[in-house]
Amino acid sequence: MATEAASYMIVVGGGKVGRNLTRELVSQGNEVTLIENDRGRYLALEQEFGAAATYGDATELWVLDRAGIERATLVIAVTGDDEDNILICQVAKDKYEVADTIARVNYPANREWFELLGIRPYVSATDLILRMVEHSVPKHGIIQLLDLGDQGLEVVELELQEGSSGEGKRVGDLSMPEGSLLISVLRAKKGFVPGPDTVLEAGDEILAVLDPGKEAELQSLFSA
Amino acid sequence: MLADGHEVSCLDEDPEAEGRLQAVVGKDFAEAGGTLTIGTALEASALEEAGVAKADVFIASTDGDNTNIVIAQIAERKYEVETVIARVMDPLRAEWYAKRGLTTVCPTRAAIELLQGRVRAMASGMDD
Repeated sequence: MATEAASYMIVVGGGKVGRNLTRELVSQGNEVTLIENDRGRYLALEQEFGAAATYGDATELWVLDRAGIERATLVIAVTGDDEDNILICQVAKDKYEVADTIARVNYPANREWFELLGIRPYVSATDLILRMVEHSVPKHGIIQLLDLGDQGLEVVELELQEGSSGEGKRVGDLSMPEGSLLISVLRAKKGFVPGPDTVLEAGDEILAVLDPGKEAELQSLFSA
Repeated sequence: MLADGHEVSCLDEDPEAEGRLQAVVGKDFAEAGGTLTIGTALEASALEEAGVAKADVFIASTDGDNTNIVIAQIAERKYEVETVIARVMDPLRAEWYAKRGLTTVCPTRAAIELLQGRVRAMASGMDD
């Protein structure tokens, strides 16, 4: 257990996303419990995380109780099942009054239901997977990673295309649309935070935060 | 419900459902006045094809508690169905969602009560 961790977090679902996320959160010094309902998968997780991994179905209220949800400040539901993720976040927020939840959307069509039921913010796994598959940038060239709807912001990723107006430009000379900010650049598998003197190259994967509705304007800078 | 004279539309993801419905109803489901739509409950297009928008009653009774709880809320909030009932096997989940206003039916709870009744009846028989 982490000493004097700032907050207590529960991650539900120990697949690729949940497992890596837990590893990161633990390494940042957070106290984390990872809940997994597949016995075999749980045993592997226990090897890595010890007592921080728990076995159980987190859509059962007593499993959440046992995991100490009443003192959790953040619940992250990243199971492969959208209904489960919705339910876990709903219960966490409304029953246990957990301050923040993050849900994973497995099927993009289900976003509508997350919106309808107020399950926000959510992360679309499909978009993340797209990102993992090399050279697979969708036609519109912009991938929405995180929708901070209540705060009126979203985080997007896009690739700088050859022949675009942003190619070869210094970040300082870039006329970024108002209400948008460049967060990071991923180049040759290395990520860095650009400064005003950073010169952008074709193939750079750019992460930006922006006001909803600025996507097209942003895209025009980076698409040919 | 068909026998009660209601118009019933059934949504199931399994095409085999047609045979199952026929076996239960005793004749062709469509002939008996029912409609069957094949699709999953979270698909808006399937729900709409099944006629959720004009339904007076929506019953969510798939084999998944969480699916039922989610689609019942969708029927309530998006399609504004007047009466929505969700089948929830887990008594704790059923109870909590009932508390926050969702009508739930919990077969597990019902079975426990039936069994308890039987055991009590037997026990009182043994006392005699």
